[in-house]
Amino acid sequence: MGKIIIDNDRCKSCYICTETCPKKLIKISQKTNRLGDYMVEFSDPDGECIGCAMCAKRCPDMAITEVWR
Amino acid sequence: MSDKNEKVLIKGNYAIAQAAVNAGCQCYFGYPITPQTEIGEYLSSKMPELNRGYVCAESELAAINMVIGAVSTGIKAMTSSSSCAVALMQEALSYACGDELPVVLINVMRAGPGLGYIYPAQGDYNQSVYGGGNGDYKIIVIAPSTVQECIDYTYRAFYMAHKYRNPVILLADGLLGQMMEPACFGQYPYPEIDNSSWALTGAKGRDARAIYSLGAVESKQIERIEHLFRKFDLISKNETDWEEFETEDADIILTAFGSMTRNIKAAMKVLRENGIKAGCFRPITLSPFPQQRIFELASEGKDFAVVEMNMGQMFKDVKYSVNGKSQVELINRPVGEWLKVEEIVSAVEKIMEKSYAASI
Amino acid sequence: MQQVFSIPKSMKKDFKYTFCPGCDHGIAIRLLSEVIDELNIQDKSICATSIGCSVFLYDFINVDCIEAPHGRALAEATGVKRACPDKVVFTYQGDGDFASIGLAESMHAAFRGERVTALMLNNTTYGMTGGQHGPTTMMGQITTTSPMGRNREYYGYPARIAEQLALADGCAYSARVALDSIPHINEAKKAIKKAFQVQLNGIGLGFVEILSTCPTNWKMTPEQAHQRVRTEMAETFPLGVFKDISEVK
Repeated sequence: MGKIIIDNDRCKSCYICTETCPKKLIKISQKTNRLGDYMVEFSDPDGECIGCAMCAKRCPDMAITEVWR
Repeated sequence: MSDKNEKVLIKGNYAIAQAAVNAGCQCYFGYPITPQTEIGEYLSSKMPELNRGYVCAESELAAINMVIGAVSTGIKAMTSSSSCAVALMQEALSYACGDELPVVLINVMRAGPGLGYIYPAQGDYNQSVYGGGNGDYKIIVIAPSTVQECIDYTYRAFYMAHKYRNPVILLADGLLGQMMEPACFGQYPYPEIDNSSWALTGAKGRDARAIYSLGAVESKQIERIEHLFRKFDLISKNETDWEEFETEDADIILTAFGSMTRNIKAAMKVLRENGIKAGCFRPITLSPFPQQRIFELASEGKDFAVVEMNMGQMFKDVKYSVNGKSQVELINRPVGEWLKVEEIVSAVEKIMEKSYAASI
Repeated sequence: MQQVFSIPKSMKKDFKYTFCPGCDHGIAIRLLSEVIDELNIQDKSICATSIGCSVFLYDFINVDCIEAPHGRALAEATGVKRACPDKVVFTYQGDGDFASIGLAESMHAAFRGERVTALMLNNTTYGMTGGQHGPTTMMGQITTTSPMGRNREYYGYPARIAEQLALADGCAYSARVALDSIPHINEAKKAIKKAFQVQLNGIGLGFVEILSTCPTNWKMTPEQAHQRVRTEMAETFPLGVFKDISEVK
């Protein structure tokens, strides 16, 4: 079971991570950030995250600051 | 050149090159252009011999930017060029002023505008003193008149560049570059400057440094420009340099820079013999310009005759400095053969006749 | 649990990228920083920065930087390396800075075999100024200065830079990579590392052309922009290693 930490201040809502996660654990939320964009959030109630870090590697803004496996 | 106190018969270009070596110039980047190509040729064997840096760059544009890279690490570096190719360097000089980098540039002037020709001229006064780059900045400009001064002022150029973190231009001309005169190298007479507070050396044990001229925050950019100009006020106070001869009782002061100084000194002697009270004033630093001293002399009622090989470039700075206190005339030829002593004498005599006639 | 991803040490603390959403500069700079960490060269690296969207590099990485006028980064890098041969010197440029205004400096650094590393982010347009065409704009591509699409008559053909660099004897490594997928990102990092290694081994110039998105100026979403890199761009600018003499001294 893994986890990721998202820094929403860095995130620019490009949503690449939502497409990249093989388990689809990153979703577009209803909350908006300071730029008015819908933020992403990591939601893993069943502990499915495998800590592959593909989301972090494809994030263009270093918004996923930590990945744990 | 084995004994530093030995007098040698040497060409101006070689004198400048060897003086740079003696001053501790660590890297030379250049491109050939007449009448200063010998500087690069000389250094192409000298620098590798001393295990120092040398690149014959692909253009003057590249050469000046290589100097910027090199001096950003704190070492001494220079490039040399002439007139139309110095034109390519204007952007980089503006950057170097904004970056506060100790760039040394040797300009051995030739005739312009454009391609012009390889015979000598003094047409780059404006380009050097006012700069062709963008924005507000000032470059230190120093003009030798003899091969000995080529050596002494090359030493001084490196010292001032590093002391003030400001580009310095040594403004010579084709005559000086090509003539041979006896000169003595001596030792580089200035202390080394500590640059450890700003030089790029790799961020070991400290935060990384960035040297840049980008000013995205308006208030910071205003601060930076005001700092540069306060620095230049200090440079003016410390480094403004000139020489004057027989100005105490002079009615007219012949004024020139660079190698034209030699001719006005000789013309002054002839004029004195002919009963005209002539003096000489020669700015050594063209920037900072000895404005205050010229104003003082003008306030005593002394007229000025500016003698230069261009269409009146230093003339306007003398006129500005005189500020209406006395007359300023121009004796000039655009390019080519240096105004002969007889020509200067005859021109001054005409000026004196005219002003005598006007005063009756 | 074990941490498997973190912000590279040679990046500044608390920086925020100034790039557009979906711009690959952010990934490229992270890979650069990871390589600097892995090769342990942060405290002896000096970067000659460039003009364009990359201009703020010194706000993101914790490495000594000297700003270069537009296109002159490789001339400045040459000056830095000749002054201090023991330092690791690199440039980080866009396609405009490297291949348009700076092409002479870039090619001559390669001809001379300067022992520096050059990274060129190729997004086929001049990004910072709003998306004008440049030397790597593709045939038929619409930009603000090629409103009818690039054509032979007015604009000529796109330049393939990695192949050109490879022809220079002084170039020790030249590769073209992309950042549109995990396998490509992994290959890109290997290439960037190689481009530094040829410098560390004293062989010659190391160059990597990094195909990248420009969603804002292409008027595409980040995903559409990456799709363009995968298809149209990879067709015009094939990925691969065009020169590698890193094993030969």
